[in-house]
Amino acid sequence: MRVWLQHHRLSLAQTTARLSNSPFATTLNVLAIGVALALPFGVYCMLSNLESLSRKISVDPQLTVFLARDAAKAEVAAVETRLRGARGVRAVRFISRDAALADLGRAGGMQEVIASLPQNPLPDAFVVTLATSDPILADRLELEFKGLPKVAYVQADSAWVRRLDALLRLGRTGVVLLAGLLGLALVAVTFNTIRLQILTQRDEIELCRLIGATHAYIRRPFFYLGSLLGMLGGVAALGIVGAGLAFLNRDLGALAQLYGADLRLAFPNPQEMGAVLGSAAVLGWLGAYISVSRHLLEAPRR
Amino acid sequence: MAIIALHQVSKRYPGGFEALKAVSFSVESGEMLFLTGHSGAGKTTLLKLIAAIERANGGTVLVNGQNVSSMRSSAIPYLRRNLGLVFQGQKLLYDRSVFDNVMLPLIVTGQPYREAARRARAALDKVGLLTREKANPVTLSGGEQQRLCVARAVVNRPAILLADEPTASLDAAYADEIMEMFYAFHQVGVTVLVATHDQQLIGKYRKRVLMLDHGRLQ
Repeated sequence: MRVWLQHHRLSLAQTTARLSNSPFATTLNVLAIGVALALPFGVYCMLSNLESLSRKISVDPQLTVFLARDAAKAEVAAVETRLRGARGVRAVRFISRDAALADLGRAGGMQEVIASLPQNPLPDAFVVTLATSDPILADRLELEFKGLPKVAYVQADSAWVRRLDALLRLGRTGVVLLAGLLGLALVAVTFNTIRLQILTQRDEIELCRLIGATHAYIRRPFFYLGSLLGMLGGVAALGIVGAGLAFLNRDLGALAQLYGADLRLAFPNPQEMGAVLGSAAVLGWLGAYISVSRHLLEAPRR
Repeated sequence: MAIIALHQVSKRYPGGFEALKAVSFSVESGEMLFLTGHSGAGKTTLLKLIAAIERANGGTVLVNGQNVSSMRSSAIPYLRRNLGLVFQGQKLLYDRSVFDNVMLPLIVTGQPYREAARRARAALDKVGLLTREKANPVTLSGGEQQRLCVARAVVNRPAILLADEPTASLDAAYADEIMEMFYAFHQVGVTVLVATHDQQLIGKYRKRVLMLDHGRLQ
């Protein structure tokens, strides 16, 4: 156990020494990995921000249910009971046709038009507020209300929410694809770096084999190197995304002031940052693993 | 008891060259012996088979009672920890000091650092390089570099020392010096097998000599 710990400590020390001995190459490698990770992570952050924005705006999704003009009082009451009884409905507000007409009359310049009408052309209506902004719920209720007797038309003002939702989902798929592709790039970069490192240490590896080093001992420093490269790349990616968000926030602040709104892009939370660092380290390890199994096993037992 | 025993061993390299043909012999524990023959006779191949660097095509190679030619590759490192190897063209690492070169076998086998440092210094003392421990191997003379290789080979206190032409590139005085070291290890109980074509050197010691000729033992 102590031997094992000592070996790990030594490997780690060797690896960090190796990285700091060639600062230029290390920096370039880390930057390459960082940029590759920053792209999907940056897009992900923008999407998260958009999503929280859309949630904030559509806090009260509503359906407006217009009744047929010939609906009798009892029929209106029956529809109201059904609306109030439906699941997922938070509030129901009745707007009578007279109230609607009065509302319209209050709008400037409409009085004369209204006065010239032989009768009130407006129907009774209910404004139904939904409990959640779930677009599936809105769809279901819209369909259900359309089927009620004496209901002429149901207008969903959640259509744009659905469209945004669909767009965001498309964006998410894009992020997954981008992340997969650039994750592959990360694996390739570490693969190549480790390959070069193995080549430059060929003599040492051969010698270690001859003096009784186990396979695990020989591979260990390369695994550390891969993971460490990935992790440093992850840190670079966080830095790039953080700086980008800070830049955007500065410009957005000016824009938001013009509109009198408070618009700010949120920075990624600790869990998200941890996930980026963790997956970068794992991908780096993977690149090292592939490289080591190819280039160390390939070498003849000399 | 035989510490090394070869029975009807043959080795053919890819391409068809037969380096060894039906070689059989055994070495007693603590024995010192020479392996000689013209260049290309199979001396190096024989040592490589014992150290599991190459695998025999036929026959058995027993080291410490273990059959090396059918050994799992994961067991080979532990076999080699019992062997001290001084091979031709065996590289010293020039990116670290003399001391660190000798430390390497001890670190690889997981000795605690303090104990390892003590043993590395003892090995360097034995070959007369203790005052140069901080130097880079590049700055050592040919004879000193070879002595450093010997120190690295014995630092782990192996039961068996295998040397392939250890004096090839050295002048007579240095060669004598190296051979005296091997003799000293033999006297403290290490089994020593030296491959060399230097008949003069062999003549100085009254030890068994194995003679290889075109892959056959004479």
